Amino acid sequence: MKEDTLRKLKILAESAKYDVSCSSSGTVRRGTKGGVGNTVGGVGICHSFAEDGRCISLLKVMLTNYCIYDCAYCINRRGNDIPRATLSVSELVELTMEFYKRNYIEGLFLSSGVVRNPDYTMERLVRVAKDLRTVHRFNGYIHLKSIPGASRELVNEAGLYADRMSVNIEIPNESSLKLLAPEKDHASVYRPMGYIQQGALESAEERKKHRHAPRFVPAGQSTQMIVGATGESDRDILSLSSALYGRPTMRRVYYSGYVAVNTYDPRLPALKLPPLVRENRLYQADWLMRFYQFRVEEIVDEAHPDLDLEVDPKLAWALRHPEQFPVDINRADYEMILRVPGIGVKSARLIVCSRRFGRLTGFDLKKMGCVMKRAQYFITCGELEAKGVNELHPEGVRSLLVRPKGRPKQPDGQLSFVFKEEPV
Amino acid sequence: MTHAAEEWVFAYDRTWESLLTAVFDAYALRRFPVAFIGEGEVAPLFVSVHRVVPDEEKAGRVFRTLQRKLSAGALTCLTSSLYAELPELDMPLFRYVCKAVKSARSIETNFADPDVLFVTNTYRNVRRERLRMMQFVRFQKTADGTYFSMIEPDYDVLPLIVPHFSDRFSEERWLIFDRRRRYGYYYADRRPVRVTFDDSAAIFRLPDGRLGEELRDADEGMYQELWRTYFKAICIKERLNPRKHRKDLPVRYWKYLTEKQR
Ligand code: SF4
Repeated sequence: MKEDTLRKLKILAESAKYDVSCSSSGTVRRGTKGGVGNTVGGVGICHSFAEDGRCISLLKVMLTNYCIYDCAYCINRRGNDIPRATLSVSELVELTMEFYKRNYIEGLFLSSGVVRNPDYTMERLVRVAKDLRTVHRFNGYIHLKSIPGASRELVNEAGLYADRMSVNIEIPNESSLKLLAPEKDHASVYRPMGYIQQGALESAEERKKHRHAPRFVPAGQSTQMIVGATGESDRDILSLSSALYGRPTMRRVYYSGYVAVNTYDPRLPALKLPPLVRENRLYQADWLMRFYQFRVEEIVDEAHPDLDLEVDPKLAWALRHPEQFPVDINRADYEMILRVPGIGVKSARLIVCSRRFGRLTGFDLKKMGCVMKRAQYFITCGELEAKGVNELHPEGVRSLLVRPKGRPKQPDGQLSFVFKEEPV
Repeated sequence: MTHAAEEWVFAYDRTWESLLTAVFDAYALRRFPVAFIGEGEVAPLFVSVHRVVPDEEKAGRVFRTLQRKLSAGALTCLTSSLYAELPELDMPLFRYVCKAVKSARSIETNFADPDVLFVTNTYRNVRRERLRMMQFVRFQKTADGTYFSMIEPDYDVLPLIVPHFSDRFSEERWLIFDRRRRYGYYYADRRPVRVTFDDSAAIFRLPDGRLGEELRDADEGMYQELWRTYFKAICIKERLNPRKHRKDLPVRYWKYLTEKQR
């Protein structure tokens, strides 16, 4: 393992980087005698941050970037003339263990191009995970990407070693998918998702009976959709996410703004920059569905199929529904306080806890972390009432809150809130 | 004869036990401080100084009362906030404990109270620094197989991360050393111990915490190079975002981060 490993790691990390999932969340596993590592649960630990602002929690790498398929949106498609490499099972295991022991990473996120056939590839992915768990007694995090078309047996074996598994939908609409990835269809995505779900549910049943029955993907599954490579509206995307979150083991849907890696392909739009603002709005909308009790129809509907790029989806909702405001901070339900622009989950909790001790004023809210610049138009707290959204009208409030045009805060494509920022 | 409006300053050693003793003394002697000073600090003019002598018995009584009045989470918040080593925390923390003791119901969620808010926020900052150390500790493997890391956290959080690393690397030998506070924890045979070194020790001659070739494992340099290569390769150039990068990975931590070293 020397120069050659360095070269391969470089190639295979560069090939893996367009998968945006990075989290190491969802499993708690204590250290064991004779073992290495633990898993802390919660949101997991990010060990570093790349210069594109994304967190580095796992060693995200491909086993190989050779691929027999030719998906138009993928850098690794067989038609591309790029450097190719394959890491051996033992090289991958060693890299993971050595990085982990130096506290560089929480674990491994392994994916692969398809070589020979799906099962041949999947089998090798499983071997890496199995060696880590059984030979090296590794208790860190393992995320395996299931190879489209892999057999149920292999998915079931993978689930015994992995904390999380994922199968990427990539393109929300099936006909667009078939156009761009002729060898794939939605069945090849949903079938393995079904295997994973079934395995996890069966294991949960078993564990009710026998406490020591093996766990199966304890951190559930995730998926990813590419945004901006095809014509789907945000409503199409978010409706699909909402349906996916309705499934028992689906924990996260990731959105990946399309990076124009294959500019020569006429089936794809020629984007100069990935649609980062749109991607960010989708994460915010996703967040509203998961933590703010918004239904997808409240965020996007027939009249508004796409998210407003100018304001975040929570503010957009508030501006469409002035009749819901102002909200009385000292009386309103938690759910309604959470809907006030400028008030996040943390401040909403502080508010409902603190107001039992006495009336809260605007000054208190500010100290609790509310962004009064936004919240002021949507609340009352029985004092110096500024003009609200009903007096100023939604358009008036919008223009007060949107940054004046022509003076972007930062150069294009570098908005500070580009990634997974919580909407407040 | 003493002054009617005598002002008291309490001197204490900024430990939890002394703080609780101070609360006990305040009520027992009916003397309430206008300020605290640390040991060896000079008191302002025209005030009387009361020296708090940490006392297990007195502290224990106050603590048992607190246990009845506050949740376990709020108690952790109080005790951990001390790791911030902030002189401006003394008074809010003292007043918080006094109020909690007097109040019939728990005051821990009354964030409109400036003392509760300040202590809670300080605790949050300590927790964040603790998390950062769990993120940013970078070990180097030494020639004898010990994993070594140098840190310089904003607050004195090393004791708070030792349980995490003891669980995670329970079979290894490791040393995490806080250069600014000049002590470390050495873990071996499943047991962490606090360690200090003489001023002349080699550990103080590692400006960026990096071990020279003669001190480290034969493969250490290679793994550092692999990690730096990975760090560069995983970044998507079309998405460069230096602002967010610096926000999540503040420059002051770069010194000891392998991926940021050259
Ligand atoms: S199968 Fe996967 S690796 Fe292969 S071209 Fe398609 S997306 Fe890329």
